[in-house]
Amino acid sequence: MEIVLSLGIGVFAASGIWLMLRPRTFQVVLGISLLSYAVNLFIFAMGRLTVGAPPVLGAGAEIVSVDDPVPQALVLTALVIGFALTALFLVVLLAARGITGSDHVDGREPHQAEPQPETPHP
Amino acid sequence: MNASAGSAWSDHLVVLPVVLPIAVAGMMFLMDERRRRLKAGLSLATSLVLLAVSLLLVVRAGESALVYRLGNWAAPYGIVLVADRLSALMLALASVLGLCALVFSFARWGRAGPRFHGLFLLLLMGVNGAFLTGDLFNLFVFFEVMLAASYGLVLHGSGEVRIRAGLGYIAVNLVASLFFLVGVSLIYGTMGTLNMADLARRLAAPQMGEAALFEIGCAVLGIAFLIKCSAWPLGFWLPTTYAAASAPAAAILAILSKVGIYVVVRLSLLLFGAGQSQGFGRAWILAAGLATMAYGTIGILAARDLTRAAGYAVMISSGTVLAALGTGSDGALAGALYYLVGSTFAAGALFLLAEILQRGRAATEVHQPVFADEYRDPFADADATEIGRVFPAAVAILGCFFLVCTVMLAGIPPLAGFVGKLAMFTGLAAGPITASAWWLIAALTLSSFGTLMPLVRLGIHSLWVPGDDPLPVLRPTEFAALAGLLASCLVLALWGGPALAYADETVRWLAQPQDYVRAVLGAGLEGAGS
Repeated sequence: MEIVLSLGIGVFAASGIWLMLRPRTFQVVLGISLLSYAVNLFIFAMGRLTVGAPPVLGAGAEIVSVDDPVPQALVLTALVIGFALTALFLVVLLAARGITGSDHVDGREPHQAEPQPETPHP
Repeated sequence: MNASAGSAWSDHLVVLPVVLPIAVAGMMFLMDERRRRLKAGLSLATSLVLLAVSLLLVVRAGESALVYRLGNWAAPYGIVLVADRLSALMLALASVLGLCALVFSFARWGRAGPRFHGLFLLLLMGVNGAFLTGDLFNLFVFFEVMLAASYGLVLHGSGEVRIRAGLGYIAVNLVASLFFLVGVSLIYGTMGTLNMADLARRLAAPQMGEAALFEIGCAVLGIAFLIKCSAWPLGFWLPTTYAAASAPAAAILAILSKVGIYVVVRLSLLLFGAGQSQGFGRAWILAAGLATMAYGTIGILAARDLTRAAGYAVMISSGTVLAALGTGSDGALAGALYYLVGSTFAAGALFLLAEILQRGRAATEVHQPVFADEYRDPFADADATEIGRVFPAAVAILGCFFLVCTVMLAGIPPLAGFVGKLAMFTGLAAGPITASAWWLIAALTLSSFGTLMPLVRLGIHSLWVPGDDPLPVLRPTEFAALAGLLASCLVLALWGGPALAYADETVRWLAQPQDYVRAVLGAGLEGAGS
């Protein structure tokens, strides 16, 4: 299970970082989302991986067989905040697309910017 | 903490800076956008109450920390708010800056888009909560509240420049939040707690496994805060974003980078002041601070308008505090805290001044609306009714204000900027002068000259050189806001003795993390109500 989880986190993080460095805004949004999945899984894994263990200590239960509920609570909070902020980012993305007429992260196409500074050809 | 039930009402002062703004903001979002005067009055009253509360906390946080236990759950398990000298100082700084930025917005900018006052109060709530919270995860939550409100404020007024800058700003901060989460979860995974006092207590104990993993977690967490306080390789977003934001938003955003500084100061002194990982990351903080000062100085020398210059001034002020923290000298850190307060007021005032002086240029004006249904032409009615209410002798007054700002930011003798730098010099000279102290002294001196030159140049250009631009117009509320900020600078200089003594006491308190631990965790053992 550990190898699957760590592979999953690694793949999510790697694709997230690659997408985040792409020039189109929608790719950046997807990249940030994937990266936040990786981070959420990582937080989850910080509570140690257990199978079938209860999160609450019952009477007479051994301390080793209990799942740590705190990282799960942290993941929930992080998920909600991340979801809301991704939605906000999407709105700004659409506003930028509408106002600048380009979905490039700089707000203009790269080939449009080049002709302006008139560099003399050698 | 006072345990007697008789003084119960005043114990709740600690939670007021968080509860009051979010309650008022929640009410405001339910009101109609057209009830501007009511909203303005409500937010003004809230800011005044916050100012009074934070000043009261500055007085009351004297001897020890005031600990407020939410739901009366004891500290390592429950959520605590802690108001000690540093928190109270930063709260007071945020309240003064917030009040002045709000008063400034009454003149024009409050009408430039929907829900300005609600977002503004939410931002104050997030900032206050970040200053007060006693555990790392609530710090994350307050950071996110603060950032979400700041996204709205950066975009306030709309227009292409703001949306492009806002897009980058949001992306950078979303990534910073992910760093924050990774750091927090690594710390929890290795230490089993997120309460700051509990962390410090466990670090003081000699046995600890996985020390390296804990330090990696702290380093990742530190990256998130260094992005926030725009330390050198991580801070390129700041000047662009702050220059694009509307003036009152930029002024209040100047406190945001100080939240990053606050957390770095708090955590590095609390966790790495003594014990297992003593001095962890100090060299990196020093290097980042010096590099930030150098980059900010070069940037401000190259700045071609006042708003960008103010953005770089914010960077220089952040870098100064980081570098002073990195030298490990208590005297230098006390001077740096004093300098931090004065330079934040001055940088905020410079953002406001810049907007008045550059009014009418394209980048600062409102362009296309994003939400057509909520957009009301912001300045049309204002320009029609302002005749006869314009403040006389505007240019002379603006010139005086500009002079005070320049003197403060450059650290020239009569005012608090100089006193702060002098206090840092004497603090560094008190101990054996190390190589890092020489670096900081050189950087402080050079950044003074580097700030003075461009500000004088820009000031001459915008105030003295005759041009085609219409004379700047100063409205009474704008005058009041600027006068409030600069009067705070003057107060800081005139009562420099008590202020520096307060900063010294703060650093002495921070240098003894066991007192903080005892205040937070010991209060739980006494079982007294709060």
